[in-house]
Amino acid sequence: MKGETTMTDRAISIRNVSKSFGSLRVLKEVSFDIPKSQVFAFIGPSGAGKSTLVRTLNGLEGIDSGEILVEGISVHDRRTDINRLRANIGFVSQSFNLYPHLDVLGNVTLAPVHVRGQSQEEARERALAILGSLGLADKARSFPQQLSGGQQQRVAIARAMAMDPHLILFDEPTSALDPELIKEVLDAIRQLASTGMTMVVVTHEMNFAREICEQIVFMDQGSVLEITPPREFFSSPKTERAREFLGKILHH
Amino acid sequence: MYVMNWGVIAQNLPLFLRGALLTLKISLLALVLSIPIGAVAGLCRVSRNRVISFLAACYVEFFRGVPLLVLLMWIFFVLGRFLRLGSYWSAIVGLAIFSGAFVAEIVRAGIEAIPRGQMEAARASGMTYVQAMRLVILPQALRKVLPPLASQFIILIKDSSLVSVISVVDLTLVGKNLVATTFRSIEIWTFIAVIYFCMTFTLSKIIAFFERRGVRE
Repeated sequence: MKGETTMTDRAISIRNVSKSFGSLRVLKEVSFDIPKSQVFAFIGPSGAGKSTLVRTLNGLEGIDSGEILVEGISVHDRRTDINRLRANIGFVSQSFNLYPHLDVLGNVTLAPVHVRGQSQEEARERALAILGSLGLADKARSFPQQLSGGQQQRVAIARAMAMDPHLILFDEPTSALDPELIKEVLDAIRQLASTGMTMVVVTHEMNFAREICEQIVFMDQGSVLEITPPREFFSSPKTERAREFLGKILHH
Repeated sequence: MYVMNWGVIAQNLPLFLRGALLTLKISLLALVLSIPIGAVAGLCRVSRNRVISFLAACYVEFFRGVPLLVLLMWIFFVLGRFLRLGSYWSAIVGLAIFSGAFVAEIVRAGIEAIPRGQMEAARASGMTYVQAMRLVILPQALRKVLPPLASQFIILIKDSSLVSVISVVDLTLVGKNLVATTFRSIEIWTFIAVIYFCMTFTLSKIIAFFERRGVRE
């Protein structure tokens, strides 16, 4: 644990977090901090607990013990106003989960209007600006089912951005996409990273992780085995397990 | 040898018409009342609060398990006596409570048909459970619920023939009364069956039309 970082430069503090599904321990005493304006990529074999961990960060998953602080606020404390906290934490999941009964504009403005209390015009103006920056200006009036997977995921990113979150969590944002649609989504995330947004990205895209993140969090069987800058991680990982993992995925 | 005389139908046409209209009116009123009952019970049924969910389950199971005929009798002779409901409102209340149990199941199925990710996306953006239900889940569930709800109306029209036992002069009781005075049971019951069929068949065709249009959209 880095003692020198103060409360204010930490976006997220994870302290001794454990969680089980029945007898299966999916998170084992996980502890680390994510500083503001940094991008952390969670990688590791499937079943490592990456998705579970990212979903505990906004309380979509509960934890059995330990504590998670987002901007100093305890996520799993019963006294915490979780809705207020979540409004500041963007979440983009593997399956997009756009609202099919609303058009793109409706999807992007729903939470700003009903959670932030923005006026329709205000929210619409902001939404159009964000959609424009992601190359989706002409899709504002389309419905989700009329869009490609890549476009849908970019709308989901726009939807998260419209809340002006302090950080954004990505849970395998490209895993459900056809290979030729992955790039446009990664470009959108890249663009977001360049604005200094704090981000957590669970991903299997190693090149992407290498390129955009400050730290690789390597997980296996519910434990964080190492937290290493990407250059170092991909050339000389500290742990045997990471070496093995990289050997399997980089030379197939 | 029985000689048919369909004149009895023509002579009493206004009576049949009045009976059919009352049948439609009672069914429609019962449906309108059973929708809020069923919506509340259905929402309670999917609640994460065990007690609320259990109470809703009790309501659904109880009223699906009691014969409508018995329920109508009970409401008319027991509840109706204390509340001075009269036969007309006893019939409507009975049908509405009975139908509400089925509507609750329709609503529950509609909500459960919406993928979990929808609730998750809504909650992750900071919406409360109630906001997520109102803004994301229910508008989608409503579309899924409309066709089975329309079928429930057809079922209500048929079930409403039972209200004749608590002396509501619906289409069925009109027939019964006419048979008692004219002894033309073959003509009258045949004609009444045809009227019921015409009402329900027309409705089901209308529903099918809207469903097709819904699919195309």
